[in-house]
Amino acid sequence: MKLIRDQKVVEDDTVKLDDTAALPASGRIIVSLARWHAEKDALKKRGQVGTQIPPTLEVGELKDDLPCLACIELTFAFIKPKPEGGITFDGRAYSQARLLRERYGYKGDIRAVGDIFRDTIFAMHRCGINVIEPKAGLDAQDALNAFKDFSLAYQTAADRQPSIFRRRLA
Amino acid sequence: MYRYDNYDKQLINERVAQFRDQTRRYLAGELTPDEFRSLRLRNGLYVQRFAPMLRISIPYGLLSSKQVRMLAHIARKYDKGYGHFTTRQNIQYNWPKLETVPDILADLASVEMHAIQTSGNCVRNITTDHLAGVAKDELVDPRPYCEITRQWASFHPEFNFLPRKFKIAFSATQHERAALLTHDVGVRIVKSAAGETGYTMYVGGGLGRTPIIGQKIRDFLPELDLLSYLEAILRVYNRLGRRDNIHKARIKILVKEQGVPKFTELVEAEWALIKDDPNLKLRREDLVHFQKFFQPHAYDKNASADKAHAQHLADKSFATWVQRNTWEHRVPGYRAAFVSLKPRGGVPGDCTAEQMDALADLADKYSFGEIRTTHDQNLLLGDVKQADLHALWQALKPLELATPNIGTLTDLICCPGLDFCSLANAGSIGIAQELSERYDNLDYLYDLGEIKIKMSGCMNGCGHHSVGHIGVLGVDKEGEEWYQITLGGSASNDAKIGDRIGPSIERAKVVDAIAALIETFVEQRQEDERFIDTYRRVGIEPYKARVYAEEAVTA
Repeated sequence: MKLIRDQKVVEDDTVKLDDTAALPASGRIIVSLARWHAEKDALKKRGQVGTQIPPTLEVGELKDDLPCLACIELTFAFIKPKPEGGITFDGRAYSQARLLRERYGYKGDIRAVGDIFRDTIFAMHRCGINVIEPKAGLDAQDALNAFKDFSLAYQTAADRQPSIFRRRLA
Repeated sequence: MYRYDNYDKQLINERVAQFRDQTRRYLAGELTPDEFRSLRLRNGLYVQRFAPMLRISIPYGLLSSKQVRMLAHIARKYDKGYGHFTTRQNIQYNWPKLETVPDILADLASVEMHAIQTSGNCVRNITTDHLAGVAKDELVDPRPYCEITRQWASFHPEFNFLPRKFKIAFSATQHERAALLTHDVGVRIVKSAAGETGYTMYVGGGLGRTPIIGQKIRDFLPELDLLSYLEAILRVYNRLGRRDNIHKARIKILVKEQGVPKFTELVEAEWALIKDDPNLKLRREDLVHFQKFFQPHAYDKNASADKAHAQHLADKSFATWVQRNTWEHRVPGYRAAFVSLKPRGGVPGDCTAEQMDALADLADKYSFGEIRTTHDQNLLLGDVKQADLHALWQALKPLELATPNIGTLTDLICCPGLDFCSLANAGSIGIAQELSERYDNLDYLYDLGEIKIKMSGCMNGCGHHSVGHIGVLGVDKEGEEWYQITLGGSASNDAKIGDRIGPSIERAKVVDAIAALIETFVEQRQEDERFIDTYRRVGIEPYKARVYAEEAVTA
């Protein structure tokens, strides 16, 4: 599978492990948060381990683990709230990404999975997400154009680019 | 008024290109309907009953004459020759074609306008007092703060997919005209005892299905901390706001479920961590930069020396218009002049391309080239010399823009209702038209005094029915249009949600029911009490008894 990592299309070399699967000796892996907590010592020792977190998690709870985590996987999804018929895009992981980068200084990969379409990518990049797992049907090469959507912003986010406020009155 | 610099222009042009490409990809089948929906919505584009509806942003309700001419051009070229001013101080077009929307946005960008975040689950247009900058009771001009907030909220990468829409209003006056307490965030600009400018922050107001009055969460926020505090509120909301039920997704439900003390604690804890972030803290020079766009106009110092105005007032109908449709101005010899978009039998808020062009000319001639929109769906020329009022009135009359009914029963507000909106259960425009025809005797209207009737065609409450002195809500009853009436609501300083008078009423009887409420008011009224004050004094019973007694007789 193709991935976008740091604005380049690369081959995905990460293995997502079931909770019962044996740990491969080497290579990048992603495990569930439950498994991370259950086997933390062994996983830390192995290294190259990432974990998947739900959008409900207050990421500060992982603060002490962050230096040992090579990757945090965040989920974006269209959800269908009640009553029937509505559909909305869940944007909680944008906050999670910014907090990981800006508040907790996380340096590892932040990987976005789920209902990712081209037009959500620019904001993901600004919030500090550097690995994007395109959903089925999304051409990763074409999706790279998303990084060029805007050349300026009114806010400083995890990308640390100076805001227009600061540029105009530098 | 604020003018774009090269940064603003570049960003807006990039936005036009982005939306053009999104539309192209959607039409080519490269974007799914759900994906495109989530994109077009944050650009104000709805798919409505007959055609797409495009909502264009009018930041804090301020327009230049050049912009108004462009709105007229858009009405002519892409629509059916008119536009509809909304309760959010924006303008909507009901008939554009999807394929032409990128061209409309390019035309708008050429006059520093856009449709960014006029819909969708994001921060919407920032609104304020329509008399901002000219009101006598104003502490400071709120518009520089509105513009700063508009820019901060535009394409905010973290808050573009919130649980639900998010509305922010500013006010800087004692008598509040911006309906702060019906907004997700209401910012009241205040001065501390030491004379420093700051903000009192209210959160969790909102209309719609569960109308709630906003709650104060901070007495005094220092002036330079505006953006960090807003960011803290939005972050708490984005993380914890409900996403399981669209009717429970507004911040008001989060505030209610957490309780005000707990919610306040969450915001304050988040704010404590970001308030010293140099990227969020405003600098004194930022404020100065934005304030210089809103300096007082070059007013004529001798404006009040004019004698002609007093002579013109001998004309009774002119005097009536001046009394009803103009408002005091902080500069002697000037008035703010309302342009009523509520003619007899008309659709509240509608304005034709010809009217817009004529208004642009009048604004150039008499009001420093600026026009404001109000959340009561009228327009306003903010700075008219008293000596020019007569000529202005004479020009407005043939345009049907001089109906002297501001603040009266027929200055009612309503949503587009079933006639245009795919969400509506019932019509509201037809009732507005019937009421304006039934109450066309101006003297009687003036005797009745201030009555705010607000109507919505569904629970979403775009017509603000729950804060109307008389609120009318359209409901669907087995496929028929019925109406729920409430009494005693208010969006002013004394903000309150109206009380239901009883079971809903069928379409054929709703105008009679409103008339019965008015008659009851007239009977109960002491001296020249306002409708709302009489209601507060006597309570709901006499109104209820009269409306349902009439129902029983005619049934």
